[in-house]
Amino acid sequence: MAAATTEKKDYRGTVHSLSRDIMTGWMTQLKEAASNGAPSAYMMISGNCVEILRCFDILPVFPEINALQLAIRKNSLPYIIKSEEIGYASDNCAYVKADIGYSLCGGVGVDGNTPKPSMIVCNFVGCNVYIKWFEHCSSMFKVPMVMLDIPFVREESPSSDDIRYVMTQLHELIAQCEQLTGKKFDLDRLRMILRDSARAERGWTRCKHLCKNRPAPFDAYFDSINMMGPINALRGTREAADFFDAVVAEYERMVADGVGVLDEEQFRIVVEGPPPYPAYRSFRNLFEKWRAVAVQSTYSTVGGTWEFGFEHDPDRPLESIAEQMIIHNLCNRSMLERYRQIRTYVEDWNADALVIHSIKSCRLFSAGQGDMREHFTRDLGVPTLMVESDLEDPRYYSEAQMKNRIDAFFESLQYKRIRKGKSDAQKIEI
Amino acid sequence: MEYAAGIDVGSTQTKAVLVDTARAIVGRVLTDTGANLKRAGQRALDELIACSSNIERGDVRFVVGTGYGRYRIEAGDAQVTEISCHARGAHMLFPGTRTVIDMGGQDTKAIKVGAEGDVLDFCMNDKCAAGTGRFLAGAADVLGLSLDAIGGISLKATKPVRMTSVCTVFVESDILSHLAQNKKIEDILAGVHEAIATRTIGLVRRVGMDPEITFTGGVARNIGMVRALEAKLGASLNVSAESQFTGALGAALFALDHVLADRCAAVGVSPEPAVWVSE
Repeated sequence: MAAATTEKKDYRGTVHSLSRDIMTGWMTQLKEAASNGAPSAYMMISGNCVEILRCFDILPVFPEINALQLAIRKNSLPYIIKSEEIGYASDNCAYVKADIGYSLCGGVGVDGNTPKPSMIVCNFVGCNVYIKWFEHCSSMFKVPMVMLDIPFVREESPSSDDIRYVMTQLHELIAQCEQLTGKKFDLDRLRMILRDSARAERGWTRCKHLCKNRPAPFDAYFDSINMMGPINALRGTREAADFFDAVVAEYERMVADGVGVLDEEQFRIVVEGPPPYPAYRSFRNLFEKWRAVAVQSTYSTVGGTWEFGFEHDPDRPLESIAEQMIIHNLCNRSMLERYRQIRTYVEDWNADALVIHSIKSCRLFSAGQGDMREHFTRDLGVPTLMVESDLEDPRYYSEAQMKNRIDAFFESLQYKRIRKGKSDAQKIEI
Repeated sequence: MEYAAGIDVGSTQTKAVLVDTARAIVGRVLTDTGANLKRAGQRALDELIACSSNIERGDVRFVVGTGYGRYRIEAGDAQVTEISCHARGAHMLFPGTRTVIDMGGQDTKAIKVGAEGDVLDFCMNDKCAAGTGRFLAGAADVLGLSLDAIGGISLKATKPVRMTSVCTVFVESDILSHLAQNKKIEDILAGVHEAIATRTIGLVRRVGMDPEITFTGGVARNIGMVRALEAKLGASLNVSAESQFTGALGAALFALDHVLADRCAAVGVSPEPAVWVSE
C-alpha cells in the first residue's frame, strides 16, 4: 500500500472567503430583523421559490441552514436533546430536532440570531417530514402558514396540469405576501430578480462543469457547501450573481494554471447524500488522505439541478419558478432519475468511484440507497462505497469505523490501479 | 534470513503472525488487547520474536499493522485495514476463496474477494455491535458459560428459540425471558447463533455469495456459529485452524510484499508477484 499523507490541509481559499462575506451579510440582516421586526418567512431549501419573497422584501429564513450551522460548529447535540425531551423520537430528522430545540432555547426572536418568522412558507418538495416541522413552527410562533403542494414527479417531466397547479399556488402565496407587507405585486421587479437568479445559476453551472478538468479546481462535495448558501438562500440578489462571477473567474484561473484543490489528485469520486456536518472537517480529511476529490455530488443539487441546463426565465417568471420546484431539483424526482443523474456524473466527469453517505435520521433521502449501491456496483461496474452516519446528530458518527471503511475502499481502488499499471507496462514491454 | 510481521490489534485481542520469504508462517501470538493499544502491539511483536527461535528484531524487515489499533503500533512500518488483510489472509489459507465472512469482537464483515485475494466489495455492520462476537459474549455471560463452550452446547438443541432482537444490550433480558419460560439452555443458545447467522447472511447477500466462502475471525472457532451459518447458506464454509490469525496473516503478507519488493529493487528486477506495493 502506498504511504498516504496524514497531514491536514487548510481548505480555506478565495471562494471560501467570498462565501463567508456574503453569507455573513445575510446573517447580519437576520440578526437585525430579529430586533427590528422586519418581515421574514421560513422556507425550505429544496426547490425553493425565494424570488417571490424577495419581490416583497421579505427576508428568507432557512431553518435547515440554522441547523447545519449548529452542527458544523459542533453545537447541535444540546438542541437535539432538548427536542427529544419534549417528545421528538430519537430517529426523527435531526435537522428538525436541532432547529426546534434551538427555537425553544431562545435562538429565534428578539434575543436570538434569527427573527421570529412573520410567515411560514412550506414549499414541500419531496420531504413530508418538513410539513410537520413547519406546522410545528407555525404553531410555536403563532404565525400563518402557506403550504405549497408540489406534485412528486415519477416521469421525466411534469405535465402541463402539474405546472398550472403549482402556478395557481404561487398566485396564492403572492396574495399572502401582499397581505403581510401591504405591497402590491410587481411583475417587472420579479423579472429583474429572476435575471439575477439566472446569472447566478449560470455561474454555478460553469463551476460544476469546470470540475470535469483534471485536476478539479474544487471539491464538488465539500467546497460546494460554500456555494450552496449563495445559490439557494441568496439567489435573486445582485450580490449572489456577482459572487458567482468572481467564483467562476477564480476557478477558471485555477484550471488554466493546472491547479487543483488537491496537490496531487489521485482519485475522482462522486458523492451521494448530505455530509456529516458534525464531523465535516475530519470526514473530508479521510478522503483527502487518499488524495480523493469529489468531482460531482448530488447533495449540492438539492436546491436545483442547474448544471443540466435549467435556469429561471424572466420571460416566463412564475412558470419557470414552478418548473424548478417540480422537476429541476434533486429531491422531488424518482430514485431512477437520481440513478441517471449519478451515472451522468460518473461518465461525464470521469469519476473512478461512487461514495454514498447514508443519513440515519433521514429515511426520505436515504431510502433506496442499498439498491443504488447494488445497481452501481453490479449493473454498471462502478466501485461503490456506502457509509452511514448523520448530517446533524454527532452520536451517529464513529471516526474509527468511518476511517476503516474509507481506507479499505481506497486500498481496493489502489490495488486495481497498481495491477492495471503493471498489466499495461507488461503490454508495452511485449 | 528475512522475515515480515503482521500485527492485528483488535477490539478484544491482538494477534501477530511472522512469515518467512517463502510465505510460511513461522510464528504466531495471541494476547488480550486491553486498554493500551500501543502496548498491546509492542507486546505482541516482542512475544512473536521471543517465541521464534533464532530470529532477532533486526531480521523482521517490515511490519504492517491492522485492526482498529493499527495506527497505535509504534513498530508498524505501514497500516492496512483488516478488510484487505482478511481477504489476503483468507486467500492464502484457501486460494479458492471468493467470499469472506469475518466475525470479530465488534465487527462482522462480508468481503467479496478477487482471484488474487484482492477486495472487490465489502459490507459491514453499522455503528452497533448487534450480530457480532460481542453478542455471543453477552449471551455466554448471562448464562454463566464460557465463550468457548456455547457453540458446542448449541448443537444439542432440539427446539431453537426465536430471539426478539440481535441487540447486544437487550440479549440479556431476552435470554432471561426464555429462561423464565423454562426453555433449555441449548435451545436458547441455538436461537442466539441462528439470530446472528440470519443477520450475517443479510450482509453476505449484499456483496454476493460466490463460493468458496471462508469464515475468519475469532468467532470462526465457534462450531455452533459455523453450523448455523452453513445451514443458512446451504453451503459448507472453509474454516482454518488459523482463522483467528487471518487478519494478522494478511498483514504479514502485505509486509512481505515490501520485503520482496526491496529485494527485487536491489537486484534490479520487477517486483512481481509483490503487486501490492505502490511504485
